Amino acid sequence: MGYEGIGAAVRRKEDQRFLSGKGNYTDDINRPGQLYAYIKRSDRPHARIDRIDTKAAAAMPGVIAVYTGADMAADNVGGLPCGWQIHNKDGSPMAEPPHPVLAQGKVRHVGDPIAVVIAETKQQAKDAAEKLDIALTDLPAAATMAAALAPGAPEVHEGVAGNVCYDWHLGDKEAVDAAFARAHRVVKLELANNRLIPNAMEPRAAVGEFDGATGDYTLFTTSQNPHVIRLLMGAFVLHIPEAKLRVVAPDVGGGFGSKIYHYAEEAIVTWAAGKLRRPVKWTAERTESFMSDAHGRDHESVAEMAIDAEGHFLALKVSTHANMGAYLSTFAPCIPTYLYATLLAGVYKTPAIYCEVKAVFTNTVPVDAYRGAGRPEATFLLERLVDAVAFDTGIDRVEIRRRNFIPKDAFPYQTPVALQYDSGDYFATLDGALKEADWAGFEARRAAAKARGKLRGIGVSTYLEACGIAPSAVVGSLGARAGLYEVGTVRVHPTGSVTVLTGAHSHGQGHETTLAQLVVEQLGVPLSQVEIVHGDTAKIPFGMGTYGSRSLAVGGTAMVKAMDKIIAKGKRIAAHLMEASVDDIEFKNGTFSVAGTDKSKSLGEIALTAYVPHNYPIEELEPGLEETAFYDPKNFTFPGGCHVCEVEIDPETGVTEVVNFVAVDDVGRVINPMIVEGQVQGGVAQGIGQALLENAVYDSAGQLLSGSMMDYTMPRADNLPNIKVGTEITLCTHNPLGVKGCGEVGAIGSPPAVINAILDALKEWKVRHMNMPATSEKVWSIINGRA
Amino acid sequence: MTTLRLIAGPARRARPAAYSDCFEIGGNTMPQVSLTVNGKQHTVTVEARTLLVELLREKLGLTGTHVGCDTSQCGACVVHVDGKSVKSCTMLAVQAEGAAVTTIEGLAAADGTLHPMQEMFREHHALQCGFCTPGMVMAAVDLVRMHPAGITEKQVREGLEGNLCRCTGYHNIVKAIVAAWPLIHGKPNPAAAG
Repeated sequence: MGYEGIGAAVRRKEDQRFLSGKGNYTDDINRPGQLYAYIKRSDRPHARIDRIDTKAAAAMPGVIAVYTGADMAADNVGGLPCGWQIHNKDGSPMAEPPHPVLAQGKVRHVGDPIAVVIAETKQQAKDAAEKLDIALTDLPAAATMAAALAPGAPEVHEGVAGNVCYDWHLGDKEAVDAAFARAHRVVKLELANNRLIPNAMEPRAAVGEFDGATGDYTLFTTSQNPHVIRLLMGAFVLHIPEAKLRVVAPDVGGGFGSKIYHYAEEAIVTWAAGKLRRPVKWTAERTESFMSDAHGRDHESVAEMAIDAEGHFLALKVSTHANMGAYLSTFAPCIPTYLYATLLAGVYKTPAIYCEVKAVFTNTVPVDAYRGAGRPEATFLLERLVDAVAFDTGIDRVEIRRRNFIPKDAFPYQTPVALQYDSGDYFATLDGALKEADWAGFEARRAAAKARGKLRGIGVSTYLEACGIAPSAVVGSLGARAGLYEVGTVRVHPTGSVTVLTGAHSHGQGHETTLAQLVVEQLGVPLSQVEIVHGDTAKIPFGMGTYGSRSLAVGGTAMVKAMDKIIAKGKRIAAHLMEASVDDIEFKNGTFSVAGTDKSKSLGEIALTAYVPHNYPIEELEPGLEETAFYDPKNFTFPGGCHVCEVEIDPETGVTEVVNFVAVDDVGRVINPMIVEGQVQGGVAQGIGQALLENAVYDSAGQLLSGSMMDYTMPRADNLPNIKVGTEITLCTHNPLGVKGCGEVGAIGSPPAVINAILDALKEWKVRHMNMPATSEKVWSIINGRA
Repeated sequence: MTTLRLIAGPARRARPAAYSDCFEIGGNTMPQVSLTVNGKQHTVTVEARTLLVELLREKLGLTGTHVGCDTSQCGACVVHVDGKSVKSCTMLAVQAEGAAVTTIEGLAAADGTLHPMQEMFREHHALQCGFCTPGMVMAAVDLVRMHPAGITEKQVREGLEGNLCRCTGYHNIVKAIVAAWPLIHGKPNPAAAG
């Protein structure tokens, strides 16, 4: 057994079960007497429901029940709640139209659930759904933000004027206007951030169960945050007391944000299980995932940078339209506001920033957080704009960045858009990435490629993000309706092994290993003696789950604080046993010893004493060795770094090949470098996917054209290069581990690096900007003069 | 209800020329399929439309084989049918009549010792959420088998065309497969540097 603590690349504890087919994903769960739900969804983008006749469907073989929105309304089932409230410029609250579980009177996007058929088998339910007699009258649809904002546009929701959810702003407009008035030059860019469909490999699934004898409900669901689902569904939708509702998120096959939200199907199976007194299971077919999982991104922006004669940034002005889709998903309103506009300083000391954001309802699938959530949109905008400044002024792309970086000695650094960065060194990550990517030697490679008939380009992106969300009081003041602390319980068993109950949830991140390494480090217990339990509201304390790269920075810190309490109590027990003063007890490598003596007790001995308290300071100390800590962070964490992308374009076909990718990131202290590298590589792959391949496309009528894996292009192994990952660390100053977070940096930093590289390859065509994805058609059209 | 009856016996290994070669329409019984899965003989009653993956997951409880899509794009359901990798969502259960199927549950040794491919996936951190992993591992084993003279990273990337992973960016999967080649073939990989 080698070193297993902080910094060790130990292999993952969870892999044995995943590699041998013994994972326990939601669709693998089957309960006795289980029924199957099939959800009939709208195939129209916007329509009035004139009639739903369920008789023929209900008479089909094996059918147990058919339910519509009317049945749910009769049972007083509530709508799906939104977890965040944004206020308009004038202080009034955002428009928050109802989000029914099953459609009430109208459908508002392709995929909107209309009815549910429940049968003995999945196929019977599906067959019976064909017999549903549903009469719809088509209504004009607003398929795009432009269509929704046009005068006389169709109303997605009655009473939401102009389809505007909110019109919000941040920053000092006067200061920005003043800076623009005296600027040497203004560089302006119009750009879009393409709509993406997260596509975790595991489709969403839910199994609801009701115990008639106890009145207890259980929901197994593909969720990143089971307690949040329990709170939202229990309190707002089904009115089930939390003590009677258990939510289990077992092994979850990827999330990337899309499994944060409370979805209709979770409420449907739980409610139906209660009505039918039998378990009810629903598993999404991938086509359903495309039209019911929350989508990501979908921004249209105008960005302007005012600069002085030397290219110093004086002020930034941004106006963004953000697509909300047809309904507000759980986190949706905060993504284009507090996770976007607050990031517009990036790594630059721009003194004045003003951003206004209009959130727009359209007849499309709801849009919410997807890996990075707001920060990739801010980063793409900034890093494209900075390259445009270089393009317009002729100043070198790297030099313009260096000239505007926040200096290393300026931390803590207060940005003009609310955030205060605690630490960072953007020069170090830039230098590290340029060296690893051999930026200096690029022109020789470009010439060699040219000789082979290829167009070679290189691009850079220097980015920053905010994660580890976040101080509850701060997010509360910004509109969050929940707290964003995290909780950890550390249970030392009588013989010294340890179980940790964490409110964080692993859906691929490897918490069972990384979090266990924290226990190895702090309590000196071998990795094999540590179990991490997560994802079950019946087992863990009320935790907030995993998103925004918060598991380690917030959840890990809660564990550290719980272990501090374990050690403090252990010292008192040890002092009693060894007849010493508590102040003289030292704890190191799993052993309590009396300073300056050879007297010592192992953690296991102390634990046994705590549970068998025969010789114990019972008057002053409770038995047992189990501690819980809730940790509410003082600030966000601020990972940042530099990504360099090198591409080769085949001018004959317009196909772009990423030939080299280097990511040098500052993710704070690294607990397991192997896992960090994997997280960054996976994030970069999704970023390259966004930049080159992925695009959710609606036609003008509101039909989703990219509605299957045949139409929506996710990167495959032969679309991607090896991804070189390095780190240049500065420690987070406000959590004891010094950690920042690594789950999203890859997807945040990489897209502009790819586009910047492509535009560099297309240098001779003097292309100033290209929106994503940079498809071969788009690139070929430029080369062939048809753009 | 019209039912389909599998004509006993023929046409498993060769792809049936036509649907009618497989079934008699109008029979009264649900088709039965006899097959070997992970060395164990099973005879299972299925619907004619039952997919092999449904038989494995729902009839035999072998939930290690996953379903990630409905268009045969993702490869999460790859198993071996008579030693060759097959997307089990793309094959009817009745087509597996008489076949020997190996799923991820049958890849490790009886005592739990992992197959070298599984071991290299762990060693090289080639999995994160684990959902694509069973299909990825099964496809990888066949890919290495199909390259007896050695395998390059490029060949691995091209060979994985049928399998999607959303977590890893493939980097470590490629490394794991290249690392497994010599362990499986029992000699150095002549193409490793390529």
